[in-house]
Amino acid sequence: MAVRAEQAGRSTRAARRRLSAAFWRRPWLRGLTQLGPPAGIFLAVYIAAIAVLFVSAFWTLDPLSGEIVHDWGFQNFKTLWEEHVYWRIAGRTIGIAAAVTVTDIILAFPFAYFMARLASPRLRTVLFVLVLLPLWSSYLARIYAWRLILSSDGALNWGLGGLGLPHQHIAYTNWAMWIVFSYIWLPFMILPVYAALERIPDSVIEASRDLGARNRTTFRRVILPLALPGVVAGSIFTFSLTLGDYITPILVGNTQFIGNVVYRNVLGLSYDLPFAAAYAMVPLAVMGIYLILARRAGAFEAL
Amino acid sequence: MTKQYRRALGWSAMALVVGALAFVAAGCGGGGGSNASETTTEGPSLPTSIGKGEGKLSLVAWEGYTQPEWVKPFEKATGCKVTSKYAGSSDEMVTLMRQGGSQYDMVSASGDASVRLIKGGDVQAMNPKLIPDFPNFIDALKSPSHNTIDGVHYGISLQWGPNTLLYNTQKVKPAPTSWSTLYNSKYKGQITIPDNPIQIADAALYLSKTKPDLGITDPYELNQKQFDAAVNLLKQQRPLLKKHWSLASDEIDLFKNGDATLGASWPYQTNTLAADKVPVKDLIPKEGATGWADTWMLSSKSKHPNCAYLWTKWVSTPKVQAQQAIYFGETPANTKACAIMDQLSAGSCKQYHADAPASYFDSIKFWKTPLADCGNGKTDCMDYNQWQQAWTEIKG
Repeated sequence: MAVRAEQAGRSTRAARRRLSAAFWRRPWLRGLTQLGPPAGIFLAVYIAAIAVLFVSAFWTLDPLSGEIVHDWGFQNFKTLWEEHVYWRIAGRTIGIAAAVTVTDIILAFPFAYFMARLASPRLRTVLFVLVLLPLWSSYLARIYAWRLILSSDGALNWGLGGLGLPHQHIAYTNWAMWIVFSYIWLPFMILPVYAALERIPDSVIEASRDLGARNRTTFRRVILPLALPGVVAGSIFTFSLTLGDYITPILVGNTQFIGNVVYRNVLGLSYDLPFAAAYAMVPLAVMGIYLILARRAGAFEAL
Repeated sequence: MTKQYRRALGWSAMALVVGALAFVAAGCGGGGGSNASETTTEGPSLPTSIGKGEGKLSLVAWEGYTQPEWVKPFEKATGCKVTSKYAGSSDEMVTLMRQGGSQYDMVSASGDASVRLIKGGDVQAMNPKLIPDFPNFIDALKSPSHNTIDGVHYGISLQWGPNTLLYNTQKVKPAPTSWSTLYNSKYKGQITIPDNPIQIADAALYLSKTKPDLGITDPYELNQKQFDAAVNLLKQQRPLLKKHWSLASDEIDLFKNGDATLGASWPYQTNTLAADKVPVKDLIPKEGATGWADTWMLSSKSKHPNCAYLWTKWVSTPKVQAQQAIYFGETPANTKACAIMDQLSAGSCKQYHADAPASYFDSIKFWKTPLADCGNGKTDCMDYNQWQQAWTEIKG
């Protein structure tokens, strides 16, 4: 018994030594074992999901049996191309996503600039908490809060009435969606812009001033280019989050987004997953083009 | 053989039979065809008694169908803990039952979902003999075509009622009498209708009275021309809408916050809003109304069939029927509920038509699944897929 246990202990020790020797001799093996599991999960969960989505977009649904037919074809894309309604919905989704992104850039930039370069450390902490605070509450709760604010007998009209101003009717319109989206995704713009602005060394700005540049020129030719990667990173968040959302349109809008059509096809009688997959390719393609353009603009080199 | 084992054997035999039925219904006949058809003629083997509750019951229901008033006493009496999920449309109910697997035991399906569930093999036959109140049901709901096929009962009828026109009495004057109010540009931005393709039938019903030359006789059986007319009417209505509502509570919010003053609705919203002192009334306009007749159906994959039977028995009793009828504002299937309704709230039996003659039941165009088969030998009717596509287009 004792002898066997000793032998076993010796053999595991030997194996361990051989293993560490192998790792030492082949550094790539070390990298593989460390990166392998996360990369595997990434491949299995993320890439595989997109691959399945992509493949099923070319399948069709048998209208009689409701079964998915695994024949390759472009029928779904043909429908999307020919029916005006899908163009209109995609155009609306992309348009509002772009409007939200621009709005968030305009709102976030001065705020982030103040936080990064002007505020005292203590004020900065307070502002940070204020920016992050809404993220602690449920996204749905915040949307419902906006519903109450914007509704016909809501807080906004009550306030306007108190000031003797005319009532607004923006509840359940595209304007309402624009406001709510801009509000909800604002922190996702402020944080990357802040990070970019904070990283600009003071010496660069001083050098610009020493060379005779006025404040506006310094801002335009030094600060803005250096902050651009942050703005682009933030815009990727706001744009893609709006593009993929379907809950806000249901709750505060009166129209459909791409996501709503996808949802209807997944959760409808037709259960037309191939068509839903095909339409889901549209935001993917739009994001792909957006990322390529961002890369062309050099946004990733500065990251 | 222990009792438990025998019961398990019985259930699995029944599951096999239902499975075989579904096999035939799906039309994939093949080798097992002859064998299964024998079983069909004999009818499925149904439980002959209700066993002890399994302690759990999971329901897919319309909002307002699983109120604590009658769920709490049920849980206490049977030990079956009820969890319920509200669905906003028949489509959602069908999808939940199909994809939920054994997650949901029962569904309160309307006529436009029940046949789909039966044909899809998602629900199993039930034995009405285990429901003591079944003989008291109105005749029209004992074996209605939406839940009974070839004499096999796929579920037990529950309640029924009309889809109504809801309006704010202070803001809509004079009081509406016709569905035309919902298509009137005078009320632009104040109208809400359900986000549900079956709404095309409401437009078709209105057209059947206002444009008789279209020849619409059944709002669920529309040929291309009739269908296009209904879809066009809804497209013209689209700019007038404040919003499409998806859950009943959405419409309640819209009326409560003053965003909508007119809408297609269920009596449930009227009752809830009236209880909140919102000045609303509803009516069945002169063109008549579409409506629903709901059935509690048992999932073919249910793991808690005893609790399901106990629940069906419970909701069929006159007291619970009356409670639910008054809460939701609908008509009970059980004729014995009328007296209790009047006890709970004087005049409610008449208000919710629980004492109405059979002709009232016949005047409502109950929801059913639109099929290509028009029922008159022709097969040029628009099927539900086309209804859904048109609905996406109408919403824009």
